Amino acid sequence: MQRRVIFNGTALPLLLLAPQLAVTAVFFLWPAGVAVYQSVLQQDAWGLRTEFVGLRNFAEVFADPDWRAAAWNTALFSAAVAGLAMGAALVLAVQADKSIRGARAYRTLLIWPYAVAPAVAAVLWLFLFHPSIGLIGRALNANGIPWDTRLNGGQAMALVVLAAAWKQVSYNFIFFLAGLQAIPKSVLEAAAIDGARPVRRFWTVVFPLLSPTTFFLLVVNLVYAFFDTFGTIHALTGGGPGKATETLIYKAYVEGVQNTNLGSSAAQSVILMVIVVALTMVQFRFVERRVHY
Amino acid sequence: MLRRNLAALALAALAGFAPFWTSAARAQGGGGQPVELQFWHGLAQPLGGQLEGVVAAFNESQNRYRIVPTFRGSYPETMVAAIAAFRANAAPHLVQMFEVGTGTMMAAGRAVKPTHELLSEAGVQVDFSDYLPAVRGYFQTNDGRQMSMPFNSSTAVMYWNKDAFRRAGLDPETPPKTWRELEDAARKLKAAGVACPYTTSWPGWIQVEQVSSIHDQPLASLGNGFGGLGAELKVNNPLMVRHMDNLIRWQKEELFRYGGRDAAADGLFPNGECAIATLSAGARSRITREAKFQWGTAMLPYYDDVPGAPRNSIIGGASLWALNRGPQGGRSAEEWRGLAEFFRFVSQTDVAAKWHTDTGYVPLTRAAYEKVKASGYYAQTPGADVPIEQLLRGGEMTENTRGIRLGGYVEIRNIIQEEMEKAFQGQGSGQAALAAITTRGNQVLRNFERQSR
Repeated sequence: MQRRVIFNGTALPLLLLAPQLAVTAVFFLWPAGVAVYQSVLQQDAWGLRTEFVGLRNFAEVFADPDWRAAAWNTALFSAAVAGLAMGAALVLAVQADKSIRGARAYRTLLIWPYAVAPAVAAVLWLFLFHPSIGLIGRALNANGIPWDTRLNGGQAMALVVLAAAWKQVSYNFIFFLAGLQAIPKSVLEAAAIDGARPVRRFWTVVFPLLSPTTFFLLVVNLVYAFFDTFGTIHALTGGGPGKATETLIYKAYVEGVQNTNLGSSAAQSVILMVIVVALTMVQFRFVERRVHY
Repeated sequence: MLRRNLAALALAALAGFAPFWTSAARAQGGGGQPVELQFWHGLAQPLGGQLEGVVAAFNESQNRYRIVPTFRGSYPETMVAAIAAFRANAAPHLVQMFEVGTGTMMAAGRAVKPTHELLSEAGVQVDFSDYLPAVRGYFQTNDGRQMSMPFNSSTAVMYWNKDAFRRAGLDPETPPKTWRELEDAARKLKAAGVACPYTTSWPGWIQVEQVSSIHDQPLASLGNGFGGLGAELKVNNPLMVRHMDNLIRWQKEELFRYGGRDAAADGLFPNGECAIATLSAGARSRITREAKFQWGTAMLPYYDDVPGAPRNSIIGGASLWALNRGPQGGRSAEEWRGLAEFFRFVSQTDVAAKWHTDTGYVPLTRAAYEKVKASGYYAQTPGADVPIEQLLRGGEMTENTRGIRLGGYVEIRNIIQEEMEKAFQGQGSGQAALAAITTRGNQVLRNFERQSR
């Protein structure tokens, strides 16, 4: 079925690929290469004294209980963000897909949050949930629910999950809505004629047909939770209280940028890179098999 | 159309490079052009504007050098930016570095130009003996050579809400002097319905560093690290355990409220939420502006059963470091000379006195302090001399009260805050927190020692 375009020679295809290859080389391969190189070095902040230390940085990272705690935080955080963001988006998409008055307006409004920068979104959430100046934070405290994200690790985690997931709902919403609209109406009508109630129609017809979208979004959301939530965490909690909201990416930042400990930070980045590559491969190999296309 | 866009793009690219060319040319200092010196600082408004005012006054005062101040974000951000620029061979001539970074700068080897060397090579005299000992000592080597130029120094003090004291039946003119008195006052305030009797900002600096200094207790071995990179944390001592347990207990009894890391708790005092607060002396201008009640300034509390207490507190704030351009050096004698002239300028009594009264930072020299005192400033603004008196308290400084000189201390201070947060969450005793601080902090120190060999 697929139409294949064959180029004569290699010059033209290489030329056409060149911009993308250049971007990949400059913005991915080069920094990644430097990170791998740096991860086997021990260096002072100023770069004046450098020593090759082999895998010692990696050994120290794995032996560090704080790093293992951050790994656990990351697992919890990513699962919660992906679950919440996709669940909420699916509910909203199903509702917005119904033929109701002003559906277009709802859709536009639901897409808006995606345009807000992560740090700005985090500040908005902070204004809502700050224990002494936040609207909701104060209301909670006034009603006898002790709310303090500066000291309560669980509450701080809940807050960053909420803020990070909210940012991603719009993105998921767009894809779910497109996925829903691509489902042929005839299939749904046939199911309805066979006597399937709306809930049953959703779980037996709509949801399986949405699975390619869901699978794609799962990958995107996990990568988002791993890498793109730095700004949110930085502005909301700074990894605290204690280390309750410190994820792996945040720890790599703290180690490298705040503590100017480049060797350890590079080792952590390399480990992160391996984790994400592995995660993506597992998803494509095993999860994809069970997806209906 | 496309061609015109390309041309515009090329022009824009050229324009982007232009300042680079001209500044490179200017650094030569030829042709009557002043030598341009880059100065990166970490002070947000309004303090940043006041700093830039000092620089402008220097630029006005002569025409051989022109210092260009640039705001580079918070202190830690400025520090990281300067380090990154140095690695890329584009460091600024002068960088403002917070006191926490002093240990890291001291061990930076040829990245920094020590102030004493800079001044003697340029033949410029600055009388450091007139500087407040707590101010100059923090930035000196163990044998008394000045490594960086003191500029903006503060310390921590206690503020109290006189109206709240009145409501609680306390004497509004008598602030608690000791921690025991503070606990009693907090209890009465709580009984009178004050939701937050006591809070603190800068938990690491005020509750650990200042408490150690005021009671003449070592924070680390080798004279708090002044004696070398082999220092180890000594915070797990009976005094700190007692103080940490007190804080944890007060927090449980709602006498003390943890207000967050660094300066996050600053706002809890001027808005009237907390009746007593230990904050930076630099919080004064904000309180003056925002507080709608009567308040006073007092020295930090102490434990009166500790022999020798109270002694001087230590400073916070920042000093100015002269930097090489990059790993290959690359500064001319003329550039260094410009910095030396600037250092002489900021040490002048008039400049130092104005800087003190404008900003609320402590006066750098005794001469400036005397001048401001003679002007009647402290009579008009009661409490503005409390930080200075507290820095001068207790006679000669000991090796425990000079300050902290530990490599990687930015990280250690965060460790202190993290472990305090864990303790306040109810995850352990004061002893456990201090043991964790010691273990984790010593790891940082050993790592730094290894890197700096």
